[in-house]
Amino acid sequence: MFADYSTSDLIAIFAMQGFAGLILFSVFVLMALGLAIIFGQMGVINMAHGEFMILGAYVTYLMSNLFSAYMPALFSMYFFVAMAVAFVAAGALGMLVEWALIRHLYKRPLDTLLATWGLSLILQQTYRTVFGAREVGVSIPDWMMGSLPITDLIEVPINGIFVMVLAISISVGVYVMMYRSGWGKQVRAINNNRQMADAVGINTAWTDRMTFAIGCGVAGVAGSAFTMIGSTGPTSGQLYIVDTFLVVVFGGAGSLLGTIASAFSISQAQSIMEFFLSGSMAKVLTLLTVVGILMLRPQGLFSLKLRK
Amino acid sequence: MLNVKELRSAYGESEVLHGLDLDVAPGEIIAIMGRNGMGKTTLMKTLMGIMPTRSGTVTVEGKTVTDLKPHQRVANGIAYVPQGRMIFSSMTVQENVETGLTVTGESTVPPDIYELFPVLLDMKSRRGGNLSGGQQQQLAIARALASRPKVLLLDEPTEGIQPSIIREMARTLRQIRDEKGLSIVVSEQVLTFALDVADRVVVLENGTFVHDSPREGIDEAKVSKFLSV
Repeated sequence: MFADYSTSDLIAIFAMQGFAGLILFSVFVLMALGLAIIFGQMGVINMAHGEFMILGAYVTYLMSNLFSAYMPALFSMYFFVAMAVAFVAAGALGMLVEWALIRHLYKRPLDTLLATWGLSLILQQTYRTVFGAREVGVSIPDWMMGSLPITDLIEVPINGIFVMVLAISISVGVYVMMYRSGWGKQVRAINNNRQMADAVGINTAWTDRMTFAIGCGVAGVAGSAFTMIGSTGPTSGQLYIVDTFLVVVFGGAGSLLGTIASAFSISQAQSIMEFFLSGSMAKVLTLLTVVGILMLRPQGLFSLKLRK
Repeated sequence: MLNVKELRSAYGESEVLHGLDLDVAPGEIIAIMGRNGMGKTTLMKTLMGIMPTRSGTVTVEGKTVTDLKPHQRVANGIAYVPQGRMIFSSMTVQENVETGLTVTGESTVPPDIYELFPVLLDMKSRRGGNLSGGQQQQLAIARALASRPKVLLLDEPTEGIQPSIIREMARTLRQIRDEKGLSIVVSEQVLTFALDVADRVVVLENGTFVHDSPREGIDEAKVSKFLSV
């Protein structure tokens, strides 16, 4: 299948597809980080994770309209404000959901699947009622448009670079919170043994609420970033949720590094294969490989070896 | 220091503790003896708030903690070393001890804890799950001490530990009591350990206390009769 291309073409193709893969990787990482916290650390199967992302996207859409209507001078900067607001909005909704729904289900992890699926339907309909069934797009500030030429054949889009930088900074942020902060220690203690964490003095109810809120907040920021590469509709979240779970489970739930490694391998494989095969064929092959590897390593790519 | 009045606890309909009274003086070490299934662990869990109290009161230094959640009881001065140790196995030794600091607001482990258990300092970056049973027991005690308790509850600390370390543990517990002036309640099946460590021995049988005696002049034969099957 390579015969029709010259060597320099091939190099350019691999570089461009590799870069497209890196953007896809950043998107996966952004999607998966929130879920890695909620599913990996708390064990909550949050089927509404996609809807929390979409909330962030809609918030960004609102902020973009707000800025262009009232503060056109600051429009080039609106995106940073939008991300902060998306984090707060999704986090606040997450806190509410944890209080109303999730906290009653910690002892019944499978029921969270049904409950959050119902929640996702409710949220979808809410978005449809509020924002309409049609997809909305945001206007991107000028500085984010266009692409950087690297050689004659290779160009990289600026919004792609922006998403990558965002993914890296949020990953670092989540890592620091998880492994260097007191909150992270409490979250991991609860993940190890909820009852014992309570008995060493950790307020598990409060920590759970904060953790769920932060996970949803990160999802909101991810949704905010997605407005730059696609439009937003009430059901857009559904497109992301399967990939997101795939990344988290493949990486090994509970391992941040595993999540990132699995996002990288899945996105690169998919992106490079997509150029030579059809999109759905690439997806089939990726999924088959993932299923095969998970059959051999059910615990995911990265898992801790400990004596029990 | 710790006062228990008419404490009842139940699993569903079946009551396990039938109105226990227990007064632990400041700086006193009490061993609660009894065979399997007599309610020792249930008593510990009820004191810690992990199991709900059906009736009765538990007070620490005069403050009633009966309606408080476990983490609030920790803030009021109770610390707990459970049966089977229950350390956080995927976290490092240091992080395990640090989880105990949550209620004190400190961020670094006080040096006196590592002085009691120097082996933990050597292994502070190892994961808790990779420690041996005896080391995990020390870690569980260190984690409990980190919250600066007034009363330390230990549930069968000698289970699965080799005899030489058991003797050392008795010494360590008395040392902790002497240095920090806290009260210790330890549930136990091994009489020699109980006599090594405790000032007073009480025997729990079918959810009631059937024997209570200071260590001095204890009728060993009588207590071992309670413990024999």
